[in-house]
Amino acid sequence: MDCTQTRSLLHGYVDQELDLANVIAVDEHLQSCMACKKIYDQHSALRSAVRQHASYYAAPAALADRIRATIGGPAAHAPAKTVKPRWQWFQLGRWLQLGTAVTATAAVTWMAAIQLNGPSRNEAIMQQVIASHARSLLTSHLADVATSDQHTVKPWLSSKLDFSPPVTDLTGAGFPLVGGRLDYLDSRAVATLVYRHRQHVINLFVWPDSKSDKMSPMQIYSRHGYCLLHWTDAGMTYWAISDVEPADLKTFAETYASAK
Amino acid sequence: MGKQSRVDRFEEIFVAHLDAAYDLARWLTRDERNAEDVVQEACLRAFKFFDSFHGGDGRIWLLAIVRNTYYTWLEKNRPQMLNVSFDEDTLTANGYDVDALTHDTEYCVDRLLEREDSRRLVNHALDRLPAEFREVIVLRELEDMSYKEIAAVANIPIGTVMSRLARARKLLQQHLQQSKQES
Repeated sequence: MDCTQTRSLLHGYVDQELDLANVIAVDEHLQSCMACKKIYDQHSALRSAVRQHASYYAAPAALADRIRATIGGPAAHAPAKTVKPRWQWFQLGRWLQLGTAVTATAAVTWMAAIQLNGPSRNEAIMQQVIASHARSLLTSHLADVATSDQHTVKPWLSSKLDFSPPVTDLTGAGFPLVGGRLDYLDSRAVATLVYRHRQHVINLFVWPDSKSDKMSPMQIYSRHGYCLLHWTDAGMTYWAISDVEPADLKTFAETYASAK
Repeated sequence: MGKQSRVDRFEEIFVAHLDAAYDLARWLTRDERNAEDVVQEACLRAFKFFDSFHGGDGRIWLLAIVRNTYYTWLEKNRPQMLNVSFDEDTLTANGYDVDALTHDTEYCVDRLLEREDSRRLVNHALDRLPAEFREVIVLRELEDMSYKEIAAVANIPIGTVMSRLARARKLLQQHLQQSKQES
């Protein structure tokens, strides 16, 4: 892709509206062209400036009542009717507060449960996972074998490792396979599967773990702006990491786990 | 379907998207009172045509009506401000030659906004954009809408969304740059 083509697609690129083929083509061009990269940086800076600083004007409190009155809603009808909705709103407010409290308590309990499951070991692995993910992005060394063909990635990884990780292309679900890579984590060589979601990279680290025969529930973590998901299944341990939304990473992990 | 339940169903939608509706109207009219009038009128219209709303995204539906109401309001109250048959060509004719703007690659929004009153600068630069540019920026950046959603609200093809956003951003950048030179 040349500079003219790249620049015509840059806005679609920053807005995450391009298809995968174009995202990869623009990615590649930006890695080698400083001039286009500079324009891309400007677009990004402008976007975040608007998002961060432009005012979001919330509707004045009285506006909703004025509208209710115009459409002949409860407020414009008999007095008995005006009381009822107010009570409902008040109740709704209380339920929301209660709901928040319950959610907060659940979150604390859930976090405590994670903490009890051997925090130090998971934390240590998590730090290595983050470092490996960040390094792969910094050095643009995403894949040792860059292909979306699962039948190429799997044998390549098996030939380098003493195990064979499940490899599935998930293009259909919006997570195309980009390739595979070798990494060193938890004092051993591990397989890294590289997926993409829009323009975000997802690294999935896989290695055998004798203590994890059964499928364990997925644990989600947030560290340094990254989202991490950890689970075990059929003697393998899995760590997925990305800067996508936690819900998207969860969808990815569930799709992967059910497809393999 | 009784009258009360129709009002209730409508209330659910307009209350959920009232802030979005007001924010768009406030950016379009650039005035608090006019924004309230536009939103109120839009909701009245929306309620009249509520039977034509068959589920789907209430926010897109309501914002499209707010936008239409704004242009009708403009026609009635500020006909001199109306860009009749707006397109990128008439925009050029009106003295905004967006394509002639050059990319100053040394210029950096980040650095400018570190030192200045960022909120005032960004709001002012955005306020100075023609309405057709202002609305796509507001929908994209403040409402976080996809091109498809913007196309539905602004009633333009998806391809036009990207080119209009590109021109809007170029002009916005130019405005910010000018503010810097003026200050």
